[in-house]
Parts: sequence; C-alpha cells; structure tokens
Amino acid sequence: MRWITPRKLREQGVLGMNSRNIDYIGRSNDRSRFPLVDNKLKTKKIAEQHGLSVPALFGVVSIQREVQTLGKLIAGIEKFVIKPAQGSGGKGILVITERRGDDFIKSTGATLNYQDLKRHTSNILSGLYSLGGRPDVAMIEDMIDFDPVLSNFSHEGVPDIRVIVYRGFPVMAMMRCSTHSSDGKANLHQGAVGVGIDIVTGHSLYAIQKNQKVEVHPDTGFRFDELEIPYWESILKLAAGCFEMTGLGYFGADIVLDRKNGPMILELNARPGLAIQMANQAGLKKRLKMVDEIRPVECPVEERIRLAKQMFGVVLV
Amino acid sequence: MKISSRLQIGLVAGVLILIGLGLTLYKKIELGFPLLPGQRQAVWTLESKISFKPAKGAVAISLAMPEAQAGWVVLDDHFASSGFDFSIQETEGSRHAQWSRPSLDRTTTLYYKLEAYRPDNYGLSDAPVPKIIIPELTVDRLSAMERVVESLHERSSTPESFTAALLQQLVQGQMGQDAAFLFGSREETKLSVVMDVLAFAGIPSQPVKGVFLEDGRRRQQMDTLLEIHDGKRWHIFDPKTAQPGLPENFFVWQRGAKSVLDVVGGKSSQLEFAIVENTLPIKTVLFMEQQVKDRLLLDFSIYSLPVEQQGVFKGLLLIPVGALVVVLLRVLVGIRTSGTFMPILIALAFIQTTLLTGLIIFLIVVGAGLWIRYYLTYLNLLLVARITAVVIVVILLMAALSIVSYKFGFDQLLTVTFLPTIILAWTIERMSILWEEEGGQEVLIQGGGSLFAAILAYLLMSVDFIEHLTFNFPELMISLLGVVLLLGKYNGYRLVELYRFRDFGRSDQ
Repeated sequence: MRWITPRKLREQGVLGMNSRNIDYIGRSNDRSRFPLVDNKLKTKKIAEQHGLSVPALFGVVSIQREVQTLGKLIAGIEKFVIKPAQGSGGKGILVITERRGDDFIKSTGATLNYQDLKRHTSNILSGLYSLGGRPDVAMIEDMIDFDPVLSNFSHEGVPDIRVIVYRGFPVMAMMRCSTHSSDGKANLHQGAVGVGIDIVTGHSLYAIQKNQKVEVHPDTGFRFDELEIPYWESILKLAAGCFEMTGLGYFGADIVLDRKNGPMILELNARPGLAIQMANQAGLKKRLKMVDEIRPVECPVEERIRLAKQMFGVVLV
Repeated sequence: MKISSRLQIGLVAGVLILIGLGLTLYKKIELGFPLLPGQRQAVWTLESKISFKPAKGAVAISLAMPEAQAGWVVLDDHFASSGFDFSIQETEGSRHAQWSRPSLDRTTTLYYKLEAYRPDNYGLSDAPVPKIIIPELTVDRLSAMERVVESLHERSSTPESFTAALLQQLVQGQMGQDAAFLFGSREETKLSVVMDVLAFAGIPSQPVKGVFLEDGRRRQQMDTLLEIHDGKRWHIFDPKTAQPGLPENFFVWQRGAKSVLDVVGGKSSQLEFAIVENTLPIKTVLFMEQQVKDRLLLDFSIYSLPVEQQGVFKGLLLIPVGALVVVLLRVLVGIRTSGTFMPILIALAFIQTTLLTGLIIFLIVVGAGLWIRYYLTYLNLLLVARITAVVIVVILLMAALSIVSYKFGFDQLLTVTFLPTIILAWTIERMSILWEEEGGQEVLIQGGGSLFAAILAYLLMSVDFIEHLTFNFPELMISLLGVVLLLGKYNGYRLVELYRFRDFGRSDQ
C-alpha cells in the first residue's frame, strides 16, 4: 500500500475534507441559502429570474389531488422528465423520450401508461425518493437532448460538466462521464470517469476512473484527449453567474449541453466532492487561496472569468 | 476588536481542559480520591420487600435488622415507610425496624434497603449456646428416634460428623424405615425434625437465617442454615446440600430461633429480596465507608446517589469516551460510519453482551433484517410504515434468536435484548437505502466502519482504568469537551486522504 505524506499534499495544495467543511463550506456558505440549491424547483425558479438557462419547466404537482391534472400538464408534449424536487442520488427521475398512442416510452425503452405516470408522481409526493422520506413535489420539465459531442463520452447516462465556483470564480472543472460499471450514474466513486477540463480552453487534461488514469472511454471507446467541450465560454459564464444568484461562496454547478439550447444548469451542489482534484491532477486549495488573495469585490462575471483564466490556465506540454 | 473564531475556540477549549484537570487534581490531592482503580470489591445491594394484607385495626410490623457478621460490613441502609410511624428499637442486642399505623385498608409493601460488602471472609463468631430442649414425642416416634440416633452414633464419633451423616442421609434420600417415618414427606418441617434429632443426641443447634446473594435476583426468599455446637465451637451446615461451612455468598441475617419478621394486624405476610451486585474498586469502597461516618465530606460525588442510579451513571459517563472515539475516527482517520453515534450505542450494547457474542448477534440480526427489508422495498411502502415493519421484524428475530439459542443451550445469545431495537432497525433501514443508492460495497465500508468504531469504543470503555476515571472524576468530561471543541476545528488531512490522493502529482508515470 502506497501512501502520500501530508507535506506533499500541502505542497500540491490539495483540499481535504475537513478543510473543505470548515474553511470553505462552513465559512462562505450561509446555511439559510442551502434550501436554494437542495431544492431543484427553487434553483430553477431563481435561475429563471436571473436569466440563467435551465431546462424548461412544464409544471409542478405539489399535492396528491393535483396528480389528476398531470394529463393537462403534459398534454401535447412529446418528451419530458418527471423528477422529485429534493431527490437524492438521481432517484425517482423518470425520462419519457417518446409517446406512442396512449403509451409513454421510457429512456430505457420500456413502455408505460398514464396510470404508471400518475403512480410515479404520487410516490414522489409521498417522499419515496427524497432523503429521510420528507414529502416532496414533482417537477415536470423538458427532456434534455444531449449534444452529440458529449454523448460520445457517456454510456447509459447523463454526461454533465461540474464547475467548482468559489466567490464567483470558476476555479476548477471536470466532465463526468457515466459508464457501464457506474450503472449510468455520474458519481466518480461509483465508477464514472472524471475528465479534468482546462479552464482556459475547455480542453480535456486528464481522465481517471476509480483513481486510475484512463485514456479512452471504457464503453464507447472515444479518446479523452480528443475531448473539447463546446460553448466553453457560456458554460463558464453560466456557472460563475450562479454566484450572484445563490449567494453561496463555494459550490459546484452541474451543467448539461442541449443540442438546441446549449448549456443549461441541471442542478447546484453546496457540498461538491473532492475527486475533481484527481481528475485535474491539481490541488483545489492552491486555487482557492489564489482567489482569496485578490480579495474580489463587486467584480462582474466577465472580469472574474478573465482573471480565473489568467490564474488557472494549464499549459499543456 | 473581533477575536477570530479559531482563537476563541482555542481559548475556550484551553480553559475547559484546565478546569477539568484542575478539579481532578484537587480531588486527588485534597480529597484523596484514588487515581488508579486498584483491586476490586463486590458491593451488594439488598432490597427487602415486606408485603402483607392488613386485617382490621392497628398494624405493627417488626423486622429484625441484620447484624454484621462473618466479615460483612453494612455500608448504608434506607427505609421506605410511607404513612407509617417508624422507629428502630434495640432489644437484647439485636436491632429491629418497627413500622406501625392505627389502621390500614389495602395490601401494602414496605422496603428496607441495605448495601453491604465483605472485606474479610471469616466464619461466624462465637455466640451463646442455647439450652437443649428435648422434644416430647409419642411412643412410636420416640422408639424410632432412639434407633435413628443410635445408628448415627455408630457411624460417627463427633457431634460434627453426626450432623453431617444425618444431613447426608436426608439429602441423598437413603433413609432407613425409622428415619423415613420420623421425617415424613413434608419439606417445611424437615429442619425442625433435624433439630429434634440433634437435641435428642444432646447436640445444641440453632437455625441461621440469611439470603443467598445472586446478582440480578428479584424475588429471592430467605434461606435457613443449621448451626451446631460441639462443646467448643459452632459448626455450620447447609441442610439443602449437607455441605459444612458457611457458603461464600450467604449473607447472614440472624442467628438463633427468633423470628425475622413479625406482622401484627396483618396476614399473608411475605419477605422477599431483590439483589444487585456492583463491582467497585476497593479504595472507593473504603472511601464510601468513611463517608457513611462523615457525610459532610463530598456530598456532590456520584457516590451520594443510590446504587441503582450509580449503575446508570456508570454507563452514561462512558458515553463521552465512546463519542470521542467516533469523533477521532471520523475527523482524523476519516472512517465512514453509518449514523454518527450509532457505534457508541452498539458499543454500550457490547458491554452487556460481551464482544464476540454481541458481534455475532449484531451480524445475524442486521443480516437477516437487510434481507427482509430487501423484500419490503418491492412493496413500495411509506418510510414510517417501512421502518415500523422493520422494527417489528427485528423484535421477532430477537425473540426467535433467544428461543432457538436457549433450546440449543447457548445461553449467551439471550443477551440479544441488550442491543437497542430501534438502533438495529435504523441501521438496517440506512444500510438498505445505502445499498440501493450506492451499492453493496458502500454498505460494507460504512457497516464495517461502524463496527470498527464500535469495537474500538467498546475496548476503550471496558478498560477498568477508564471506567474508574470517568466514574470517579466526572469533571474530566469538561476536559474532554475542550478536546472535542479543538477537534471540531481541525482542518488538516484525514488519514484516509493520504491513501486516496496517493497518486497525486504522479501524472507523468
């Protein structure tokens, strides 16, 4: 078993869990702001107010009686997603890709009828999918039509881009590619591939799966070093813009790319994980300290992105 | 000026740690509390319960109080006498507790509790020899008696061996016709017939009343031993086993033929004992003994509480130690546990069940529970109903485990009841959610982490020295609080991160 010394980790500027909790989440995230990111419906509403792009909301079912009106909400809509506002770990997300007569076709190909949809919605309301069984509301929103550039790097799941934003600065980014072994989930500890992304260019830097370096996607076979994320500027702008919107000093923005509408905020995370450092082979703490040193005050998004690119650009050898 | 929170915590923690250590040192140096546990001593708590149905008119109850004998020392005693006039009277060298009341209309229970220990183990002291009273017998009984005494005399040379032979016959049931005729079949009269035989043979004897001490007994009755005098000294026998000598765990209440409990104006009176054993350090016991004499000294120690409450506190005061283990493991090591303080509760249960048995029971119940919970997921139940279902299943499992293990003779598994049911049910619930969301590996990591923390906490909590410290110096908890505050501000790396990021900066390789 190989270990690394604390001194080496400090030299690399790696952020540890304790430091993340005390020095960053605890210090710069106001607890009263947490519901804003923990509840996807609230996130979506406030994002729309701030003019940030999110998947369109078709409707909300918030009490059991309203489940009867589900038909009205989805009338004439071909593709849509039903999901819990406070779901955890991707549970309870139902993706309908097609309608065939009275039937609905799931992303997996299974056929459901209207009764199934109503039961699923009712389950969401009763808290079946939320942490601790809290009663929840069901959101019906537009299905994202993934940009083909990214879906090449994802298997059975949602490819998304996680950007860590500190005091409004995009400090580090990674693309999370679901794999067969991660069961379509985008969490790195479940076997998804994390690809570090250069803040300046949106080009891939390094890719890991289960702490091991990988060169190609294990399922689709595409080479990670050929990955270049389109709309990179708008992705950065979208992520950094969430700072004004949430008032959170430290968070992770999960962004997806739609074929027609470009980058959209899927959700925000007030406690983003540390694996992004492995995917980038760079320490977060070093970058967070650099942001602290410029003591940003009232700095517009464009200026923050320009500074971030100056500070965090990686020169490829 | 605003003090930074780090400095503030440091100051508060420092002050707390110093207060705790200071109080401990004060108690050690000024009050002489022992820092080390030293040898241990069993202290017994006997709760005597007198219950009776009142008749018409005045009621008077008299209970003989035990005299400290055969090395026993009574540390403390309490009376509960609600609504009764109560007094302690000394007559003929023995003390009697007396309750009285002009009238009473319902079944009543009176309590007398004492705490005793036995620093020295010597036999009964000398006592006046009672006069031999030859019983008056009918002709046929008289001749049977003569033959019995004669045959016993043939087989024995001393009063001691005479008694031994007599009791042996009785216990083994190998009696001749004469003896069988004398003793009859009634169990209650056997002892008085034995004393008759002894009297006939010219051997002075008297009953010795007392209680066999067994930890945790609830409705223990008083037992009677037999004492004979061989002309020089007393010899004691247990008539039930015919063994000579005073049994180790026999608490002598009263010697001689006097009655222990007298109830005037009542019927169906009963005397029962509840017994609890506590093992305390000898030094502490001596300290308590001193305190009985000098109560003003240190009335704020936990020893001023009744023994049952002391027992409760003994457990409670260990919880911070377990909590510290969990904090250390989570903050410094980075071990993931399912539920923050579940490991402590499991560790507390392990103290009752012992480690290995506890582990086996835990694994069986949680494993079986997980399997059943797996089935329940298919039913799409609401959370509260689902957990309730799991609680019921867990209790059924525990009952089944107890019964099966009892039938097969594994008495240890009966301790399953010490594992907190709700905690088990929650553990199963959390583990199964974890299983669905993160997969079986995560269940193993967190479940293993919890058990590891529990075992570590258990090992620490069961160290004599630590139990002694937490119990005798509860103020050390203030220091512990300070340490925990400091740990709450630790922002360095966790041990597991040194492994997790082991490949960091090796991207070229």
